[in-house]
Amino acid sequence: MSLLDVQDLTVAFTRRGEPDVRAVDGVSFTVDEGKIVGLVGESGCGKSVTSLALMGLLPKRGVRLGGKALFEGTDLLQLDPGAMRDVRGRDVAMIFQDPLSSLNPVISIGLQVTEVLRRHRGLKGDAAKKEAADLLDRVGIPDPTRRLREYPHQLSGGMRQRALIAMAVACRPRLLIADEPTTALDVTIQAQILELLKDLVREFGTSMIMITHDLGVVAGLCDTVNVLYSGRVIEAAGRRPLFAAPRHPYTHGLLGSIPRLDADVDEALRPIRGSVRDALPWAEGCAFQPRCDRAVDACVGGPPELEDTFTGHLCRCVNPVTHEERV
Amino acid sequence: MSRKKDRIDRLAVLAASRAETGESLWRVAFKRVRRSPPAVVGAVIIVVFLLIALLGPLFAPYDPVAQTWRGDISEANGIFPGPRSGNLLGVDNLGRDEFSRLLIGARISLLVGVLATLFGLVIGSALGIASGTAAGLGGRVGSWIDSVIMRFIDILLSVPGLLLAISLAAMIGNGLPTVMIAVGTINVPIFARLLRGSMLAQAHSDYVLASTALGVRKPKIVFGHIVPNSIAPVIVQATLTLAVAIIEAAGLSFLGLGNANSSYPEWGVMLADAQRYLSVAPRMSIFPAVAIIITALGFTLLGESMREALDPKLRR
Repeated sequence: MSLLDVQDLTVAFTRRGEPDVRAVDGVSFTVDEGKIVGLVGESGCGKSVTSLALMGLLPKRGVRLGGKALFEGTDLLQLDPGAMRDVRGRDVAMIFQDPLSSLNPVISIGLQVTEVLRRHRGLKGDAAKKEAADLLDRVGIPDPTRRLREYPHQLSGGMRQRALIAMAVACRPRLLIADEPTTALDVTIQAQILELLKDLVREFGTSMIMITHDLGVVAGLCDTVNVLYSGRVIEAAGRRPLFAAPRHPYTHGLLGSIPRLDADVDEALRPIRGSVRDALPWAEGCAFQPRCDRAVDACVGGPPELEDTFTGHLCRCVNPVTHEERV
Repeated sequence: MSRKKDRIDRLAVLAASRAETGESLWRVAFKRVRRSPPAVVGAVIIVVFLLIALLGPLFAPYDPVAQTWRGDISEANGIFPGPRSGNLLGVDNLGRDEFSRLLIGARISLLVGVLATLFGLVIGSALGIASGTAAGLGGRVGSWIDSVIMRFIDILLSVPGLLLAISLAAMIGNGLPTVMIAVGTINVPIFARLLRGSMLAQAHSDYVLASTALGVRKPKIVFGHIVPNSIAPVIVQATLTLAVAIIEAAGLSFLGLGNANSSYPEWGVMLADAQRYLSVAPRMSIFPAVAIIITALGFTLLGESMREALDPKLRR
């Protein structure tokens, strides 16, 4: 059985007098023990909302949740607030995008790290401090006892993200959700942080959901990948098949639009035309249809199914890219 | 030689230990306040007046309520002994030493100002925290609680401060405690609104989301994360309120709502006594007025500099 089994998750933002906005529109995926699963997509495709929904961090008002998120058999979406608070940080932890604003500026790093230890592991005083120092040391922060007394503004961006990771892994959670953890960092630090996450996952046997728009991160880290578009999974596959043989025109287009080092100097980039806002509502057909070069008549009229095209390689397209057409 | 070496070693240890302790934003702000000339001037003024309030009786040449001048005091002729040897600032209409009264008066004026501000700060902050927590984290019931508290605050705000104070005085009766409570009550809405507002801003910040995601409980989030980040403007406001409170307290005393025993020196009372002699002895009004203004100025200077120091937008 998978550690996390998300079934048909929907998140709709409701507002009186206006139609619902379906940010996540029936997303299903599974996370196996010790595996890293990528959620990839551009801004507004629903990847962050998915993670917030799993953590129960969306506001209660104006949000309608649907579907299931079975974590070791219990539905996270049905847990009462108190039980959810116990799960957060202990069983499921999250790493956020912007390390500076995710740390409290007026409280020392030490207090923020020990807070989790006190809350979930009942550690106190010197024991908590020692454990916090060990954690900082584990995530690669030099001179940890000194850093414990420092404040977020005294740390570099990379170190802040390391501190946040330390807080997230403090209780050895079963599942880590990383919401674009490297977006705010520069490239060399990005690589270090990704390496650290990889090590931690291997060492603690943690599973991880990696939310990103960066295909490079996916290629280097994830075991399986889910590509999201307009609130739905449009392609899901293992890392290798996905990069080697993308089936959906959107994924194909994304990979094609990445500049290549071995391309000719005068070769133009091949962008996907249009923007996310051109999406069609799923009920009327494929959301990607207005931007798709491979659109056929069958694209409009109803949502295409997510079909298993080839041994676990799922694709939601009526006219998928075939092997011969690939460039 | 070895002594010198010892000293260098000690300095090195000291320097190292200093580098080890982190610099909180508060400490950074304090440093910045210390570097700003207006703040230093304000702080010096405040310290001087505090010393006067504490040690005034030691320096007062006379008993502030005793008649020191038994010579000719005549309202009709406008003969009031002005500053002269023995009475540094002259005497008042009853022959009491102005200087002594001013010194002793500092004690009451400052005490009333400080206590009134504290009263407003405590009650206002409590309401603000309740309201901010309810609105920021409380969901549907919370926003209802928030509305109730805020409408109550709006009612307080809608009544002019002095009128509110006078009606309170009428209800509780004269006396310095009344003045404190009245002046404090006037300032409750400011503190409550300020704290609620900045708590609301913090409640939606990333670090609150992050600590929620770590399973931290709500009370801990409110008092451990949100309040420490929201309190800075409130502290600045308290310093500025001190200035206003001293003026307001003097105003209430001036109107006769203060100490029932009007012979006891208080700057507001002294002003009230002096107004009848404004044309013949303006100095009687000027001295207490100047004292009030300088004290208020001291708190305002410090408060404004603190506002600048703690304002992240003005950070250099």
